[in-house]
Formats: sequence, C-alpha cells, structure tokens
Amino acid sequence: MTERKFTGTDSYIATDDLKMAMNAAVTLERPILIKGEPGTGKTQLAIEVAKSLGKPLFEWHIKSTTKAQQGLYDYDAVARLRDSQLGDDRVHDIGNYIVRGKIWDAFANEEQPILLIDEIDKADIEFPNDLLQELDRMEFFVYETKELVKARNRPIVIITSNNEKELPDAFLRRCFFHYIKFPDRETMQQIVSVHYPKLKQNLLAEALNAFYKVRDVRGLKKKPSTSELLDWIKLLVAEDIPPEALRPGDARKAIPPLYGALLKNEQDVHLFEQLVFLDRRSNQ
Amino acid sequence: MLTGFFFMLREGGLKPSITELLTLLDAMKQGLAGYSVEDFYFLSRSCLVKDETKFDRFDRIFAAHFHGIEDAFKSLAGEVPDDWLQKQAELYLSDEERAQIEAMGGFEELMKALQERLQEQDERHEGGSKWIGTAGTSPFGAYGYNPEGVRIGQDGSRHRRATKVWDRREYKNLDDSLELGTRNIKIALRKLRKFAREGAADQLDLDDTIDKTARNAGLLDIRMIPERHNAVKVLLVLDIGGSMDDHVRVCEELFSASRTEFKHLEYFYFHNFIYESLWKDNRRRQAERIPTAEITHKYGPDYKLVFVGDATMSPYEIVYAGGSVEHWNEEPGAVWIKRLLDAYPKAIWLNPEPERRWDFTPSVKLTRDLMDDRMFPLTLAGLDLGIKSLH
Repeated sequence: MTERKFTGTDSYIATDDLKMAMNAAVTLERPILIKGEPGTGKTQLAIEVAKSLGKPLFEWHIKSTTKAQQGLYDYDAVARLRDSQLGDDRVHDIGNYIVRGKIWDAFANEEQPILLIDEIDKADIEFPNDLLQELDRMEFFVYETKELVKARNRPIVIITSNNEKELPDAFLRRCFFHYIKFPDRETMQQIVSVHYPKLKQNLLAEALNAFYKVRDVRGLKKKPSTSELLDWIKLLVAEDIPPEALRPGDARKAIPPLYGALLKNEQDVHLFEQLVFLDRRSNQ
Repeated sequence: MLTGFFFMLREGGLKPSITELLTLLDAMKQGLAGYSVEDFYFLSRSCLVKDETKFDRFDRIFAAHFHGIEDAFKSLAGEVPDDWLQKQAELYLSDEERAQIEAMGGFEELMKALQERLQEQDERHEGGSKWIGTAGTSPFGAYGYNPEGVRIGQDGSRHRRATKVWDRREYKNLDDSLELGTRNIKIALRKLRKFAREGAADQLDLDDTIDKTARNAGLLDIRMIPERHNAVKVLLVLDIGGSMDDHVRVCEELFSASRTEFKHLEYFYFHNFIYESLWKDNRRRQAERIPTAEITHKYGPDYKLVFVGDATMSPYEIVYAGGSVEHWNEEPGAVWIKRLLDAYPKAIWLNPEPERRWDFTPSVKLTRDLMDDRMFPLTLAGLDLGIKSLH
C-alpha cells in the first residue's frame, strides 16, 4: 500500500488534508469529490495524481448538455439508418454502431486507470443519480447488445465541482469529499516556487503582497485565484518588471503592472482603480 | 468505537449515514489514520461531511467529543510533553504573575477555562472582564493586560502546528446560516427553476424523428421541438426605507441575483406593509403608484409571490384602517395581504431580521400568522426552506 501513496508532486503542492482524502479514496477505491473556488487546481489534481501514481488518465469533461449515458456508450442510430438506406452490410450487427464513452474506456483499460469527471455540477440535476450504480459496482449493461461491461480494475474516480448545483445525497454518500480552500501565504509561496523555481525572492514577496491586497478588495466580482497569480508572475518575469514597481506607495504605478492577468472584468478594474485613487489621496 | 461520535454528529445537525461510518471504519482498518489525531480528523471529515458549509459545525462537534483524546495519541507517538510547554510559558512570567496563575488553578486550568469560554461565546467581543476579545481584563484575548492572558486571534506569525486544526475553525464564515452573497443566492434560487418547452420549434427531436422515420418505412421525416426554458414566474415585493435601511445590502443582493436568474420576474416596492397600491420606482413613488388590485389582475396565479421585509412596525399598521404611517388607508393592511395570498397560493415572506428576534416583535408574529407561518429568515438556509415551500 505504501508505494501507492499520493504525496504531491514536484509541480503540485498538496496540503495534508488533501493527501489524506486522496489516499483514502485510492486505498478504498471509492470516488472522491473535489470542490473549491475556480482556479484552485481541482482539475490539475487529477493530472498530477495520475502522474505521481504512474497510471493512465481518462478525462471526461461535463457540459450542460452531457447525459450520463454518454459516459457509458452512445448508440449511433443515425449512422445505422443511413447505412440501411445505402444497403451497407454492417447494418446487421448493432455492435457496429455502439460508440464507447469515457467510462467504458476506463473500465476496459488493462491496468488501473484514473477517471476524471470534470465539473459534474454543469450537467443536469439528475446526472449524478444516473451514475450511482455504475460508480458503485463499476459495471453497466449495454441493452443493445445484451452485454455486461465490468471494470477490469476499479478505476480511481476523481470528480470536481464548482458548486453551481447541489449534488444529491445518495451520490455524496458514496464519495469521499474534499474542499480545496484558498491557499494561505505560506502554501502559496510553495506553489509559486515549484512553478518558477528561479524566481527572485524579493519579486515573489512583492508579487504576493500585491496579490493578496487585490484579493482583499471588497466587492470584486471575481477574486483572482492561484491560476491567475501564476499567469501574472509569468508575465512579470517575461516583461522583466523590477520588484520595486510592485511596491505600494509608488505613485506612478498605483495599479500593479499587467493587472489584466489578475482582474478579468471591467467593473472590477474600475472599482480597483477608484480604491487606489482614494487610497493615494488619503496618503498624501 | 465511533458510534458515540456518530450520534453526536447527528444530534448536531449533520446527517452522516451508516454507509459513511462504515467507510470510515474500513479506512481506519486499512491503517490510513493510525498515528495522529490530525490524520484522523482529516479522514473523518472527508468521509462524513460532504458540504463545506458544514465544516465549522463538524469542527465544533469534533473538538467537543474528542476533548482530551489528543493526549492519548501523543503518548503513542512520543510528542512534546506538556510539562515542557508549561516551562516555556513560565520563562516569560514573573514570580508575581506565576502566583496569579496558581490562584486560578494553574496552567492546565487556564487552558481548560479557555476552551469552555470558547464554547460559550460565539461573537466578537471587546472590553469587559469575562469574554474573550480585545482590550479587556479577561485572562483570554489579545492586547489585554491580565498577566495570565492567553492570546487568541492576533495576526502575525503563528507556528501552525501549535494550534489544533479543528480548534481554529477556519471554515466559520462558510456556515450557511450567515448572510449571503449574490453567487450563493443565485445557486439557492436555481432550485426554483422549472424547465418547460415553449416557443418556436428549433431543435431536432432525434427520438421522435427516428420513430416517425421508421413508421414512414425508412424515409426521413424530420421532427422539431422547442428549446427548454426556465418557466418559473416570480413576483418580488420588497419593503423599502425606514427600518429596512439596515438590510439594504442583503436585499440588493437577493434582488440582483433574482434578476439574472428568472426571465419572468416582476418586482414592486412597499413601505412597512402592503396596502391598496405599490410602486416600481422609488424616486417617483408618490406619482406612479400601481393599484394592488391591478397587479392581481395582470399576473396570473401561476406566479410565485415573495415578500421581502422585516415586518417590524406598530401592529396598528397591519390591523386598522388608517394605520399606515404615510397616508390614509381605507382598508387595513391585513385585508390587502389576504387578497394577495388568495390570488397567489404559492407565497412566502423572507425576513432579513435574525429569526431569534421575531418573537419579540408583535408585528412579526402578526405577519407570520397572516402568512400561515410561511416566513423564513433571509439566509441561505432560510431561502432553501422557503423555496421548498414554494414548490
């Protein structure tokens, strides 16, 4: 069991509670549900777990129109209809028109795979309920061919949610749960330094100062998150901005340079400019 | 072994199921949380709580139930003994101060008393001599001048290992009985959605097409179907001005969230209570009034009616003709609200005042009776309950 432990990777910092939840899910082969603010690395987690445990990853991204059935298989009735009109021989075997979905792919894999069901809350409210049996028993029935598909190895299922819809109790009861809370300064420092190991310490400190200050502004429509911070630092490095330019009190650059990476809508930029302006006046 | 904890969680309002408890036991059998109470805390939280708004509640129950148990883990793992910690603390105290601590029953007593007070107290506090807060003479709190003071909640570097994770209660501002932000409201309002197909047929109905084509001996017969829309209709009637000024922000949030969430949303304002007319624009409230009777004529009974108001006023304003503070009303407000409720059987009243204060205000009780008890606090939890009763 020890060699199957997830402890974070050199490009992903996992907190203790996240590791515990993840390892519980891996050991007991139960699905794990990950929630958190957008941009805190929910999807990234699955990719990193796959990398760290050396297992193949199957990603299933959910949209508002996705049906649970599509994860299992699709019966392409239109193709069959067309073939029948053209007199194709394939039409006699219904199996030719069954298209495998992501869950089937994961079930059929030789070694134990990792299955990511991304943003499950985007789908219809009944979606999670439709998958209960499949995720519990890790098997499903194909009605068209009367075939029972069973997982060769129970996949490690990672499900992410942005909290747009409440998930049904019956579904939650079968999962482990983890809420990724926004990283504190210390963790954030570690996260940034695994992404940019050669970053100068003083630039990092100033950037984090500016970042947490922007996050603290009340009334922002969308607070910048980890992924935005990483993008911003990438830009700062690319543009070779000196750390001094980020320091508050520098009247010429009241707004952090390249703020477009942090604030993503114009009302927020506007609000922020106003606050900085007021702040500067009161300091004079 | 964990049944006591399990039932305590259930009593505390969390609803873990037996399957979840068994999962936890299974995980422990596999040795996932054998060596520290912190691991056990993370594991049990992950197994038993599936909603981050309930984390704070879980933390409190966990702390209450496992009070003292971390010592047992310590002796297993050989961690820092308490004596040593105590010595370190004493290094910074004068003889006199030490004597005062002794007077209170010693260091251990002090820490225990702190725990108890944390359990009793749940609001921010300043000054005074008992509660934990800032600038007081209580033994607990920040910036105080009691020599045996224990610092709590001061900013600055804290060695993170020193505080017990569950005692920090990091998730406290996520509890769903707190006032809400627009995004949360939108999510809550989404539960009111009801999809129906309406309007122009512009989507291919695959099933029907296949069915019809098969019946048509294989010749394609394309069938179309209208797109699904949210068909819920809402009448929002908001109290404005006076005692409602304290609640402007939360009402604005509710209002803006419902505007984006519902296609059929009509809103009207009133002051204190509903009488023969309402208005849509506060600046022109005297000039452009809409008779309440006109509203019940214009909008059908399929609309859901939502009042928002603190219902805090003199009871005369509800039960007597001429009771209104602004004008002479021929008929009492109670008659008008009855008429509205007759017209719209699905109705609720959302009250931004905290629920515990309702019983002290006679007008709230009156309104609640008029609403047949369908009054809910304007919090996420209240909104949830309200929406359920609208279905």
